[in-house]
Amino acid sequence: MLELKSVGAGYSAFQALFDISLDVRHGEAVAVIGPNGAGKTTLMRVISGLIRPQKGAIAFEGRDLALTPAHRIVELGIAHVPENRRLFARMTVEDNLRMGAFMPAARARFRQRLDFVFDLFPRLRERRDQIAGTMSGGEQQMCAIGRALMSEPKLLLLDEPSAGLAPVIVQQVFDLVRRIRSGGLTVLIVEQNVQQVLKVVDRAYLLEAGGIRTAGTSAELLESKSIREAYLGV
Amino acid sequence: MTMRSYFPWVAGAVLVAVPFVYHSPYPLHIMIQILIWSFAYTSWSVMGRFGLVSLGHGGFMGIGAYVTALLWNHVGLSPWLGIPVALLAAGALALIVGWPCFRFRITGHYFALVTLALSGIVLQVITATRDYTGGSLGYTPERHKAGESALLALQFTDKETWYLIALGVWAAGLYIWHLVDRSMSRYALEAISEDEDAAAATGVNVTKEKLRITVLSAVMTAFAGALYCQYQMFISPDTVSGISVSLQMVFAVVVGGIYVSLGPTAGAIITLLLAETLRISFGTKAVGWDNLVYGVLLVLFIIFLPKGILGSLMEVRWLRRQATSVIPGGSEGAAANGDALRPDPSLRSG
Repeated sequence: MLELKSVGAGYSAFQALFDISLDVRHGEAVAVIGPNGAGKTTLMRVISGLIRPQKGAIAFEGRDLALTPAHRIVELGIAHVPENRRLFARMTVEDNLRMGAFMPAARARFRQRLDFVFDLFPRLRERRDQIAGTMSGGEQQMCAIGRALMSEPKLLLLDEPSAGLAPVIVQQVFDLVRRIRSGGLTVLIVEQNVQQVLKVVDRAYLLEAGGIRTAGTSAELLESKSIREAYLGV
Repeated sequence: MTMRSYFPWVAGAVLVAVPFVYHSPYPLHIMIQILIWSFAYTSWSVMGRFGLVSLGHGGFMGIGAYVTALLWNHVGLSPWLGIPVALLAAGALALIVGWPCFRFRITGHYFALVTLALSGIVLQVITATRDYTGGSLGYTPERHKAGESALLALQFTDKETWYLIALGVWAAGLYIWHLVDRSMSRYALEAISEDEDAAAATGVNVTKEKLRITVLSAVMTAFAGALYCQYQMFISPDTVSGISVSLQMVFAVVVGGIYVSLGPTAGAIITLLLAETLRISFGTKAVGWDNLVYGVLLVLFIIFLPKGILGSLMEVRWLRRQATSVIPGGSEGAAANGDALRPDPSLRSG
């Protein structure tokens, strides 16, 4: 479904990603794990078109994404939940969700999508008129995921959904990811919370210093000695 | 229909009736000025309300005025054709300046600085080509010759006609403001003003949305310049172009209220009456005092009343109504209530 071939990317003179190749198949949940500064967020931004790859090729359902502008990529069916949620903090919850359905095709099905998201997150229905920036971190994360789901994506990119949340909320977020993927959506998730994320995904890539070090199924990685020592602390 | 939905029509009818019952030239002149400047300020606020602060709108206004007048004097082109040409020129300039800014993410203060330079450049061009434009001494469109149509030349001597023209244009400006306010672009632009990346990630074509509103605002402002030129029959870089005019727009809109449709109009009334009062009370002894007063007021407003006079009044009213009655249906109620002056709860406070 999504395929990256030796992608290199960065910010002007600074290169953050080197020779990244990965693929996500239809219906899968895949994680990219790794320490701070490994290039995980950059990877997400390259896929959703917020920055351009300097090298390599990105294809989504056979289409080349390397030169497709960000707003067209949303239309193709990739929704990005950015790091730190990046809600429109001064808009209401409902207006944030409305923005999620900005593309004409999604706009036509706005009511339907809104009901879908509200059923998924009943809390958001209660808070629909609240200014998004005044909600708790967990609620904001729900709103950010809800906003992404409004566009009826085929592939959901989640950038550190657990960052900055209380442990009990982190648990809820991962439960949610599980529910979303059981609904048939393909998910690519970037996380530092390795222990938790490996329980929800099928496969994972380990990204370190801008390059992919290891890849494997969740079970394999959980067994891997180096990962257990470096990331799981056991 | 309720009282509230009647109100704009009654007010509109009263405004239209004014010149038929009231012929005193001086008050009419002041009202025409207020209407033309209100339209110009509304044009600025169409983009300014989304955090796209332009300090270059004096440039667009100057283009509207000078292109129209130059085409009339040198080519003999009627303003009916000259104004569209001027609007095209202003729109093209907005594209030329806007596209690189938006494409390469020049935002906030940097965008304001680019537009400030634009306003300076237009001023310099007008003064440098003084052989054609009269430079800083100003420029007068030639009077249409006796026997030629005043309508073709768009030159009217009676204030009543001008009042009705200015009123129509002002109302059209408010209508455009509302069209933008109810469009999906408004959500897109508000989202962009909060977070460009997040907006792009939800599928907004950031560059296109910003360009569209900038061109619209520039074209409207140029139209205000052309109208001003035809009415005053005298233009100079100081009165329709340049940095002082650009700053005057920002000031008036901030004072009136940037997020409400009638805010720029309130700003025009306040600033013009202030300037007239100073001029009448102090005459030539107070030349430039209005700028001093503007400056002080601007600082006070930005600190204490960032939503402007009208914006703050509407907010107080809205808060009171919130407190006294439970609004049924939440956002549906607010959306169905198409009241122009509804203060948006999502208004930025600073």
